[in-house]
Amino acid sequence: MAIDPPIVSIKNLTFSRGNRKIFDDISLDIHRGKITAIMGPSGTGKTTLLKIIGGQLRPDKGSVSVNGQNVHQLSLKNLYQLRKNMGMLFQSGALLTDMDVYNNVAFPLREHTQLNESMIRSLVLMKLEAVGLRGARHLMSSELSGGMARRVALARAIALDPLMIMYDEPFTGQDPISMATLVQLIKTLNVTLKLTSIIVSHDVKETAAIADYIYVLSQGKVVGHGSPEMIEQSGSDWVQQFMNGNANGPVHFHFPANDYADDLFASEDTI
Amino acid sequence: MIELLTQLGEKTRDSFTKLGRSSFFLMQIMAGTMDVLRRPALLSKQLYSVGVLSFFLISISGLFVGMVLGLQGYYILSNFGADEALGVMVATSLVRELGPVVGALLFAGRAGSALTAEIGLMKATEQLSGMEMMAIDPIKRIITPRFLAGIISLPLLTALFSSIGVLGGHLVGVEMLGVDEGSYWSQMQAALDVYDDILNGIIKSFVFGFVILWIALFEGYDAIPTSEGVSRATTRTVVNSAFAILGLDFILTALMFGDI
Repeated sequence: MAIDPPIVSIKNLTFSRGNRKIFDDISLDIHRGKITAIMGPSGTGKTTLLKIIGGQLRPDKGSVSVNGQNVHQLSLKNLYQLRKNMGMLFQSGALLTDMDVYNNVAFPLREHTQLNESMIRSLVLMKLEAVGLRGARHLMSSELSGGMARRVALARAIALDPLMIMYDEPFTGQDPISMATLVQLIKTLNVTLKLTSIIVSHDVKETAAIADYIYVLSQGKVVGHGSPEMIEQSGSDWVQQFMNGNANGPVHFHFPANDYADDLFASEDTI
Repeated sequence: MIELLTQLGEKTRDSFTKLGRSSFFLMQIMAGTMDVLRRPALLSKQLYSVGVLSFFLISISGLFVGMVLGLQGYYILSNFGADEALGVMVATSLVRELGPVVGALLFAGRAGSALTAEIGLMKATEQLSGMEMMAIDPIKRIITPRFLAGIISLPLLTALFSSIGVLGGHLVGVEMLGVDEGSYWSQMQAALDVYDDILNGIIKSFVFGFVILWIALFEGYDAIPTSEGVSRATTRTVVNSAFAILGLDFILTALMFGDI
């Protein structure tokens, strides 16, 4: 069977913030039609990676191509054109606070298409039905719970029928019911809309349940990748510590610091 | 000493970087003008929130400033038996100076601070970032309409301020203190010039509007996306706008009326 070229291909990516290297020469591919999870402890730059893919941040070295186009060499106009094919779901939902649910979902349609209001209405209701919030269309975004806001944002992200959707920590801070709904929703949408999904998350169980492929990042490197089963059986200490949530292992709970006892007895001038 | 110099150098460099960023930002705003003019609905919504909502504040302030001018002017002018010139004094001070300057200061406090806080919070809640990812340029969609609405509103609000101020002066001078009504209006009409006084006042308010909007929108857009960052940015908007208005007022007055 011929393998499609990957929709997102990251090669030798290096990115630093100040002196801290967030990514150190990483390469990864994201294949069409699959749900790919990018996992790793907090602070490994998972959200940064999505922003680099979306062209909002520029890497120091390396290249990122989406659908065959090198994101960081495109003109602004072409980048915006490409972004119409990428949906992104922010952790906060990033809904426009001066609009209600209906208008939030209609927003990208009104901005990018010349459709008349009745077409927009049908499309918005279809998208809202897909996330189960057709009945909530008159609520303002401040009246929504965190889980509902994310579902509205998801409806908005699929409004233009993109090729792929990037989910930034979709499960964080959700109660078990909305978590299960979201997990199911991401999976269903991926299949029915023939999307490609990239999920950035540290919720191991939920993500592993729906992901086709997993990359585990830590300290700027890809420390493991493969299908969920392969990751589970990985021999890497990093991967095992992360997947099983062990406190002890190569990833330390403490931010690097000098010796504890020395620090306690040091003079009060050194804060 | 070296440390002091380093700090001074850093501060200077930071200020210039910020100036550069803000100039670039202004160019981006300008570039979006045509797109906004093609969508009058966006503009009219902002005209309402930036302009119409400042209406009440500007009217009441104009009334009181005019009343105080009427009172103070009467006390001084009547010493010289020149209280018929009250109308000229009230109108000239309002149209040339107080209207544009006080109007702009009030506008910076009312609309400028609100815009900075709004844009800053939109940035903090990732709304601007989210828009970019939806392939919608936040500068064209959010910033430029507000900018245009501001520079259209302020000259109109200033005209309103001055007009109500003249009525306030009339209320105190003519109705309460008994200055002759005919002289109040006719001397004003004879002394005030359309180009020298009224047009120059409008030019001033247009310049002030431009600067206030530039500062307010840039501070919001450039704010550190935290509660403290937005609060600082809002303060900077009000403080820097006030400095800019007063400094520019001197320069403009010197250019328009003075022989400096």
